[in-house]
Amino acid sequence: MSERADLEIIASLVPQGARVLDLGCGNGELLAHLREHRGCTGYGIELADEGVLASTRRGVNVIQLNLEEGLALFDDRSFDVVLQLDTLQHLRNTERMLRETARVGRIGIVSFPNFAHWPNRVSVALGRMPVTRTLPYEWYDTPNIRVGTHADFEVLARKNGLHILESFGLQKGRVVRHLPNLRASMAVFKFERT
Amino acid sequence: MHFAEPLHLASGAQLRDYTLVYETYGTLNAARDNAVLVCHALNASHHVAGLSPQGDAGWWDNLVGPGKPLDTTRFFVIGVNNPGSCFGSTGPASPNPDPAAEGRAYGADFPVVTVEDWVDAQARLVARLGITRLAGVVGGSLGGMQALAWTLRFPERVAHCVAVATAPNLSAQNIAFNEVARRAIATDPDFHAGHYGAHGVIPRRGLRVARMIGHITYLSDDSMEARFGRATRAADEDPDGPPFAYTTQDIEFQVESYLRYQGDKFSEYFDANTYLLITRALDYFDPARVHGGDLSAAFEIARDCRFLVVSFTTDWRFAPQRSREIVKALVDNRAEVSYAEIDAPHGHDAFLLEDPRYHGVMRAYFENMAREIEARPTAASEVRYAT
Repeated sequence: MSERADLEIIASLVPQGARVLDLGCGNGELLAHLREHRGCTGYGIELADEGVLASTRRGVNVIQLNLEEGLALFDDRSFDVVLQLDTLQHLRNTERMLRETARVGRIGIVSFPNFAHWPNRVSVALGRMPVTRTLPYEWYDTPNIRVGTHADFEVLARKNGLHILESFGLQKGRVVRHLPNLRASMAVFKFERT
Repeated sequence: MHFAEPLHLASGAQLRDYTLVYETYGTLNAARDNAVLVCHALNASHHVAGLSPQGDAGWWDNLVGPGKPLDTTRFFVIGVNNPGSCFGSTGPASPNPDPAAEGRAYGADFPVVTVEDWVDAQARLVARLGITRLAGVVGGSLGGMQALAWTLRFPERVAHCVAVATAPNLSAQNIAFNEVARRAIATDPDFHAGHYGAHGVIPRRGLRVARMIGHITYLSDDSMEARFGRATRAADEDPDGPPFAYTTQDIEFQVESYLRYQGDKFSEYFDANTYLLITRALDYFDPARVHGGDLSAAFEIARDCRFLVVSFTTDWRFAPQRSREIVKALVDNRAEVSYAEIDAPHGHDAFLLEDPRYHGVMRAYFENMAREIEARPTAASEVRYAT
């Protein structure tokens, strides 16, 4: 149930009635949830055919697009919230994507696997790359081409002039506010452009 | 269906006293809100689905029918042959009502028609069928342009627009291909300035070449390569014989054989004046023009319609980039839009073929439309009490 709990925690960060862009919307579950429970409108962006199909089935607006090509389709600040959940780590140009997120939305919400979660640290200390529930791949077949930590993101956000409104960790469907860089497998940030 | 009132055309001319042939599939529900109009492209007709009395399958039979993505057990589907075409609706081969023509066919005197003119004609037919608002309008290529034009001309009369493999206007390259096709027809000695009917001939050579050039642009480089490669007729007939026939006039490569076959087939059933008219309608379509080239401004009026836009990665005649322009204009207006970019190898022709990803998205979209209609409180009871 932690995935559902994670979804609801993220959804609670989105203001009622917000216009939302969900980058890497997968099967459209979050957008459908936001539409039904928070009266939100907007679009999902998805590259994978199966995600586009599943989102269409849900009646969610989905636009098939490769995020590596940027967000030229969208004007500056044309959304209240731009979500980028569990997606950033798959993109080659992470920093540009983060800037695009901040350009298009008034608020950005980002989540990604926290590489500094303590079991990962233990694994690396013992000489092996971690294979966990959040990072389930071997080093040679992982789609996560950008692994970073909760603390790393704070540095990147500051470098790009982003003001962090809220940040916490997610661990087994629970919010972790104390030592999230150590105690949570996922990092969540809500930010705006300064 | 016959229309006595004249149709006023974009050119300023009018079409007097015209007939539109159409087919319908499925049943119009009591609320009359499950109708979907299917718009045809260059060489197609009102015969969208099922078998004709001659046994010909409809041009979009893989998409439209009972249990198919556009399910005729749930929707009432309408196919209309556009005016100017050559499959039964009033066109260049119809008698010219002008007394000066003395009962001869229009020929080259048939007025120039635009995508918008067609949509106006379709709207009259739809209204005659007692439908005030279409559940959807669907089309591919030139048909997609008509679907888009519906949302711009009659936004309150259409709920959903499904525009496949289309573009907001033709590029210079696209117009150039059309022009080559038109010149092939117009320079055929049998063309007689469009009045070949009066001379009892058909400009077949021009039609063949026009179809050949068109056909090349409907296929992708890869699909042609996969299908024909450099295969020669000589090698296929006798693998042990000489590789070539060493001829410049006869067929050498199999791709030539295929194109000639397509050209021959086309010249047997298609009207030359219609080809000129329809390619011109393609050239003219450009809804952004009256808004100074601003497509977003053009679509402002359609912001309450809902859209599905589909393109195919190997379609170079109506490339995905052109569909993205449409999507951007809709997003700028905060319209409801989904966009699928299907990775299919078949080029522009892909919109007529059965691809599981393409038909999967179409089916899902139409299913949501159907569910929405079926969930509405039926107007049937209201009708009963109102009378």
